[in-house]
Amino acid sequence: MPSLPLVSHISPDSIIAWRADGAVSLRQFLAEVGELAALLPAGSHLLNLCGDRYRFSVGLAAAIVSGKVSLLPSAHTAEVVRQIRGFAPDVFCLTDSDPCTVDLPRLRYPAMGVSPPGAFAIPQIEATQRIAVVFTSGSTGTPQPHPKTWGALVSSVQAEALRLGLVRARRAVPLPCTIVGTVPPQHMYGLESTLLMAWHSGNALSHAQPFYPADICQALAAVPAPRVLVSSPVHLRALLDAGLALPEIAGVVSATAPLSAQLAQDIEACCHAPLTEIYGSTETGQVATRRPTQSAEWQLLPGIKLIAEGDRVRACGGHIETPVAMNDRIEPLSGEHFLLHERIADLVNIAGKRHSLASLNHLLNSIPGVKDGAFYMPDETSPDHVTRLAACVVAPGLDAPHLLAALREHIDPVFLPRPLLFVDALPRNRTGKLPRAALQALFKTRRKPQGTRKSA
Amino acid sequence: MNTMQDNPKPNISSTADLQREVAELMVECLNLEVTADQIIPDAPLYGEGLGLDSIDVLEVALVVSKRYGLQLRSDGADNRQVFNSLRSLSDYIAAQRTR
Repeated sequence: MPSLPLVSHISPDSIIAWRADGAVSLRQFLAEVGELAALLPAGSHLLNLCGDRYRFSVGLAAAIVSGKVSLLPSAHTAEVVRQIRGFAPDVFCLTDSDPCTVDLPRLRYPAMGVSPPGAFAIPQIEATQRIAVVFTSGSTGTPQPHPKTWGALVSSVQAEALRLGLVRARRAVPLPCTIVGTVPPQHMYGLESTLLMAWHSGNALSHAQPFYPADICQALAAVPAPRVLVSSPVHLRALLDAGLALPEIAGVVSATAPLSAQLAQDIEACCHAPLTEIYGSTETGQVATRRPTQSAEWQLLPGIKLIAEGDRVRACGGHIETPVAMNDRIEPLSGEHFLLHERIADLVNIAGKRHSLASLNHLLNSIPGVKDGAFYMPDETSPDHVTRLAACVVAPGLDAPHLLAALREHIDPVFLPRPLLFVDALPRNRTGKLPRAALQALFKTRRKPQGTRKSA
Repeated sequence: MNTMQDNPKPNISSTADLQREVAELMVECLNLEVTADQIIPDAPLYGEGLGLDSIDVLEVALVVSKRYGLQLRSDGADNRQVFNSLRSLSDYIAAQRTR
């Protein structure tokens, strides 16, 4: 059975990561992986909640070498954790922060000892080993599992590194680079682009999980050039708006939602570096890339094919193990190029988190006291600003805090409605349907509460 | 520990005034469905309180940075601490502002 190394670095002294106290060599990383692996409980499933990217990577590697599966749900609400426990009753969580409120058996990330220089060997992992299960929210409200094998993940990030010019064969920047990510490694994009790609392109990852623009600058400045920033439109727009002096950057990567052409240009001008966008999904992982300042067309990663089926397109081939119907309107052009159009109406994407409107509505209507209710996704006001969901409900006897608390049990906070309108009846038509125009009109008339002082 | 320093901060608005001002900034920037005076100084901004999430925090941080000439940082600590409540955010601004 073919196997692939845990990392593509070869020398024990190669730098695999940068953390607050400096560079981490491959030798040290593997020693810490061994130390953590020896502490892992018996369960075969791990919920890795480490907020520090380096510690997350040690946790992931320790799980891989121990044959355990890392579970990556799209949110960590109480309800999702209950569902994860239903999926894998032996699951435990690895955390590096106190307090941890997740209701699971827990392993605190240990203080690593000074490991004696033991025998150095890079673990070989079978390509068919299932190393992770990533979850989407699912249209029924139950998280849908998407298993990922080591071989598929490695081939996907190898293709990505080649496309970004981050490997020796086709390098656009001198090696090794350090990858600084603003996206968490617990999601598919962050897992691939901030962690696994570093492992399999001979580059290093930064431990940081920067949030504010000043944090991003600080995390970049803390590592040597060349630096690659892996981020999202939300963080990149904030970074640009802040107008801070940026350290030298060799490349910028964005995913989770398409960038406007204007923001893409502004990012390249401000960072003096090429910007590459990645298109993908939790189910497929990354599918295609583009340089938005040069072309609106997306180029598929090697081996991936798009097959049109009615108005949907399936992606298959390459590292995609089972064909996946994509949730966007895709217009195939030549063999490996396509255009991306609007998302299929039932799905909302808020800052990279996706949910089915039908399942949100189902959830809303299943809350005791809600007689009728509907979510509504307003039209975007500006392409690089996050548009929020709204909702209206008929729920006499319920108030907003209680209703929101009930929703919060089940869904990620980004999907909580704003505004949440309490009405006497929804503007349903004679057939009981809710025309979008009627909802639009309803929210327009109720845009601002009466008595808002602000008038200008 | 708690030395009062001679500080060149130009604005000498009282705590209550600053809280009021920050509350108005938040309401405006996030299009909140409440008025500024409905935001209770010690109620949590996240979760069960005002219901802000990390995208909101980033938006407010930008507006606050520009208005008061400061940069919010996580500094390894939980970045939610500053955004625990209107009071904690206002206190942070009062301590860090340059305009």
